[in-house]
Amino acid sequence: MAIIERPTESPATEAPAPSASTSYGYLRRPVETKGWRSWAFTVDHKKIGIMYGAVALFFFIIGGLEAGLIRLQLAGPDGTILSADKYNQMFTMHATTMVFLFVMPMAAAFANYFIPLQIGARDVAFPRLNALSLWTFVFGGIFINTSWILGGGADGGWFMYAPNSSVPFSPSNGIDFWTLGLLITGIASLVGAINLIVTVLNMRAPGMTMMKMPIFTWMGFVTQMLLLFAMPVITVALFLLMFQRSFGATFFSVEAGADPLLWQHLFWIFGHPEVYIIVLPAFGIVSEVLPVFSKKPLFGYPFVVFSGAAIGFVGFGVWAHHMFASGLGPVSVAVFSVATMAIAVPTGVKIINWTLTMWGGKLKFTTAMLFAVGLIVEFTIGGLSGVTHAIAPSDTQQTDTYYIVAHFHYVIFGGGVVGLFSGMYYWWPKIFGKMLSETLGKWNFWLMMIGMNLTFGPMHIIGLQGQPRRMYVWTEYRAGEGFFNLGFWNLVATIGTFVLAIGVFFFLINIWVTHRPGSKTPPAPADPWDARSLEWITSSPPKEYNFARTPVVSDLDEFFHRKYEDVGEGDQHEYVQHMTGEEVIQNEEDNADLNIHLPAPSYWPMVLAFSLPVLAYGVIYSTLLILAGAAIATMAMFGWALEPADAPQSDYDPTDDGGETSKELANV
Amino acid sequence: MSDSVITETAPDAEDVVDARPDEHAGDDHGHDDHGGHHSSLGLSNIKLAMWLFLGSECLLFGGLISTYMLYRNRHSANLGPDQLWDIPFTSASSFVLLTSSLTMVLAVSAANRKDIRATKIFLGVTSLLGGLFVAGQIYEFTTFYREGLGFTTSLFSSSFFTLTGFHGVHVSIGIIMLVATIGMLQKDKISGDKAEAVEMVGLYWHFVDIVWIVIFTLVYLIPA
Repeated sequence: MAIIERPTESPATEAPAPSASTSYGYLRRPVETKGWRSWAFTVDHKKIGIMYGAVALFFFIIGGLEAGLIRLQLAGPDGTILSADKYNQMFTMHATTMVFLFVMPMAAAFANYFIPLQIGARDVAFPRLNALSLWTFVFGGIFINTSWILGGGADGGWFMYAPNSSVPFSPSNGIDFWTLGLLITGIASLVGAINLIVTVLNMRAPGMTMMKMPIFTWMGFVTQMLLLFAMPVITVALFLLMFQRSFGATFFSVEAGADPLLWQHLFWIFGHPEVYIIVLPAFGIVSEVLPVFSKKPLFGYPFVVFSGAAIGFVGFGVWAHHMFASGLGPVSVAVFSVATMAIAVPTGVKIINWTLTMWGGKLKFTTAMLFAVGLIVEFTIGGLSGVTHAIAPSDTQQTDTYYIVAHFHYVIFGGGVVGLFSGMYYWWPKIFGKMLSETLGKWNFWLMMIGMNLTFGPMHIIGLQGQPRRMYVWTEYRAGEGFFNLGFWNLVATIGTFVLAIGVFFFLINIWVTHRPGSKTPPAPADPWDARSLEWITSSPPKEYNFARTPVVSDLDEFFHRKYEDVGEGDQHEYVQHMTGEEVIQNEEDNADLNIHLPAPSYWPMVLAFSLPVLAYGVIYSTLLILAGAAIATMAMFGWALEPADAPQSDYDPTDDGGETSKELANV
Repeated sequence: MSDSVITETAPDAEDVVDARPDEHAGDDHGHDDHGGHHSSLGLSNIKLAMWLFLGSECLLFGGLISTYMLYRNRHSANLGPDQLWDIPFTSASSFVLLTSSLTMVLAVSAANRKDIRATKIFLGVTSLLGGLFVAGQIYEFTTFYREGLGFTTSLFSSSFFTLTGFHGVHVSIGIIMLVATIGMLQKDKISGDKAEAVEMVGLYWHFVDIVWIVIFTLVYLIPA
């Protein structure tokens, strides 16, 4: 069932449909190349990336609706849209959805799609594990959201502080769904992290040393490293919480002598690296987009790489700045305060590198570029308010106010989400072979920018005025007067939310206009942006096998150096274009590899992923379901193990040339 | 399942595949020796993945051990480590588990010599020793329970049972892996480098043993 490419006549034609010649394990391998089965059981990293993105976008809309309800409730004094209980569920699920079900998987979508393409690989190291990550995330996300119809969502805040998350304070099953659901999506993150780290370390194209890797791949790599070491810590916390809630343990019960700080430490040892897990992929995207639209190489590539790695390391040493108000003691507070200020340095390095990349460049303000510049501006605002929390005395004033809400939305929305949108516009023609409309894109950009600043900007003011987070109503009596009147700024924030929502709606319209049946959007050119990195040295969208031949890399910005020749003398570089992107791609296809062996699709990742929510429902409702889930999982694991990764001999084409076309996947 | 056919054709197919100029886009099984040749690091994909997984596991056990260390003294006067621990017994079961690492090494070495029979025997002995350890843990848990230490008795008991329980589950999963490996060797179902498959189970098994050394030292040997 390997998909064999045999480009003897015309190079890089469609792969012939694979055939199901043999059955293995319990089931035949699925071989459909069309229809829903070709998606559901695929192990192709590109299809998996697209599905990650689509599901994440769906959850973005859900999370956005939750945010809209929160803002409607707070638009005026004594809001009546939501009850206190529903309001608690709404902000908890808004944050959970946005962090775990939108930003992380959307970053995973880009990482899945582009890391193999950027390093010249044909797929990730473990294609079936990749499918397992996707379906585990999808089923986990659905599982968490079924709590809405099964007694209400989680209501303890996304940090779920103990002992407030214990049964007496939250008797519904919401937090159980949250705990078990995050354990499930945690498996997706961990498996994905291992997979992508192995891919980056082991499957680079010949000549691609670590310091010639595209910057998005580097930032993705650091992100996966953070996931690898952060996920097990929250796993411990979630297990302890599950034992507390479902099996009567007292890990967080103060009356039993427990230390409530245990949860906070475990959560934030995960939670702070999580912040960088959210923004580093966006940093990587922006570091790709800015050079392309400035017509300059990334300024100080090694600095951007090492500052990213430094953020990764220091990111594990600053978690207690989330706990300055918890009475840690002066020494801890001082240490974490200084460490937090230190982590601003590598972040600042990045901002400077981006700015200097644009300095003197021939700037072209496409939508992707606008979003990238938007990230620099908005993230800098968020970073600056972040430094004000690093100073502990100032932080104790700001803790639990809307000032914090303002800060982390500037960082996560202004950094993470804006960067992801930049990536959408930049890579859309690569992924789908069609350009999104620039006109609609600019509407999308400006409405989102205006909307986000109207929403989150006033929160600085209402926060410093003392409006607490997580309060479901505010009263006219305490709203204050003049410029600082809470009522006015709350209303502005709510209006801003709807401007922001309209901006996002323009993105959806843009997709529809580009892809609706009968759309007149022409196919995108092969190299629409005059791009620089390896993923563009193949057709758009890429063929199943990614590259007609495995590219041999000699430079950072390999695609640029193939298109442009250095005619300068000595240290003076002057680049003159001697080939178009189309010619470079054509050249690759003229020298296509003969036999390309792709991994075969499989049912088992989806079956194994499906067993997890069954187990989780079992923990909440019935031991019987636990047994059923365990049985499905066992069956899936053995089916998986017995399914050979290699297709049998009969599925291979005969060798034409006695094995002369063998290529090492990577040998650096 | 058409086992008989597969059993006969699989080795041949593999040889042919090895000689073919194929590009492997990725392989779940770490099959044959392509992984080693093709990887940028010189470490096969599957081995690198196992090391990364074990790195992640270090933090899992790190969190559990920290929780135990935080709560080890939070128990009622008569149901603490001093009253419960039976150091000679646990030393013996620890010795059994550590011995299983030796037999695991012998199994990997036999697999590298392509001595499948010896591999299966040593894997079997390893799984028996692992089973003996788990049996010892079950006996120990039962004894503690009879003496009044339930899962929810105190913070000490909850964190003790959680930590050692997690370790016990890891050992049990290791035993399942050992037995499955024996079965797959028996039926010739491992589609790839058999020695590497055995080595993977070995890496996991040694990790679980090393974690036990840490747990035994911190939980049992250091006085409360």
